[in-house]
Amino acid sequence: MPKQILSFTVNDDPVEVLVQPYMTLLDALREDVGLTGPKEGCGTGDCGACSVHLDGELVASCLVLALQARGRRVRTIEGLGTTDALHPLQDAFVRHGVAQCGFCIPGVLMAAAALLEETRRPTEEQIRYGIAGNLCRCTGYTKMVAAISEAAHQGVSR
Amino acid sequence: MRRFEMAMPGSVDECLTVLAQRGSEAKLVAGGTDLLPQMKNGVTRPGCVVDISRLSELRSIALDASGGLRLGAAVAARQIERDARLAKAFPSLVESAALVGSIQIRNLATVGGNLCNAAPSADMAPPLIALEAEAVIAGPKGRRRVPLASFFEGVRTTVLGPDELLIELVVPAPGPRSGGHYLRHTPRRELDIAVVGVASQITLSNGVCGKARISLASVAPTPVRATAAERMLEGQPLTKERVEEAAKLAVEAARPISDQRGSAEFRKHLVRVLTRRTLTTALARASA
Repeated sequence: MPKQILSFTVNDDPVEVLVQPYMTLLDALREDVGLTGPKEGCGTGDCGACSVHLDGELVASCLVLALQARGRRVRTIEGLGTTDALHPLQDAFVRHGVAQCGFCIPGVLMAAAALLEETRRPTEEQIRYGIAGNLCRCTGYTKMVAAISEAAHQGVSR
Repeated sequence: MRRFEMAMPGSVDECLTVLAQRGSEAKLVAGGTDLLPQMKNGVTRPGCVVDISRLSELRSIALDASGGLRLGAAVAARQIERDARLAKAFPSLVESAALVGSIQIRNLATVGGNLCNAAPSADMAPPLIALEAEAVIAGPKGRRRVPLASFFEGVRTTVLGPDELLIELVVPAPGPRSGGHYLRHTPRRELDIAVVGVASQITLSNGVCGKARISLASVAPTPVRATAAERMLEGQPLTKERVEEAAKLAVEAARPISDQRGSAEFRKHLVRVLTRRTLTTALARASA
């Protein structure tokens, strides 16, 4: 089957890759764009490890066909902050020692970033609701909530 | 996933042309939240996937001057959930949209997909049936309208032919002194499938119930209406006792199965409880 051109914007950069029609956005990001921050956990939209922002909205990239992203803007964990300048959420996650195995963390951070863009000062209830679509099998939710709350109250919104 | 080709039609007409050629082996995709898991586990094996997520005609939320709604089939659950106009006029629909999966899912999942997937537990079906929505379907011979109450034929089957496409839902204005509510029971609060879902919609006139519509999910192969319960409410004052009687009568419309989510007996109990609760809230909203 011939590959097709997928042109889209990833972390503010225009990107063009060749993809198969039966590939997901997650496949294209990991295997063609080379961004391995988004993870494949369940592959069926249950775990949230593949969460990215598509045109600013939080989505499960394992449920989006790669070609459905044509012309659209994607942000992954790699575009949230840089090694030198962490996003305040990432900084709070580091300081709180949130990551255990770390597999869920990119997805959780994208969910938390989407939450803070919509709700600048979320309550604990809103934080828990905002990351309800992200499973952490280390069950490290308490520190996540604390870190997100702290980042929010330091006035984060981007 | 097994290999497939992808068609990306730019209009409804182009989409119908693709379906005319490849309808029997084609699957329409909008949000993909039901289709992709089905394709990944091999339940569905289309040779051609047709992307309708960009068709502008399927993406609009339009309220007319009289308060009637035209809701595009490819409108995402989260768009419905966030729409302040809909929250005011169609609270039961907004409540149901807010219950579909996680935020990651609701930003993708569409109202048309929720209906066309035709799961008995589809959350957006009962409120739209209680609101007397009609499905606008495009096909090779033009467009037809089907009351949503007659749209479902069985588990995962609808009246849609392989060469047809759901365009939008037309929802009549509920009118003044109307109220609706949707509730479902799930063992946990988020990310679960309804054990039972109930939508009630009532309109008051001259101090009595002018119109009542009650629709149930997860208690039969398709969403159903509790018509006997509706009839015993219409033309009557909505006392606590009458609401309780209607809730009891609604159970008769349910033909539930027992499965891992709940026994048939438990589901019948839930129909009664949720019908009473949704009617009570619908009444309060209609009276407000």
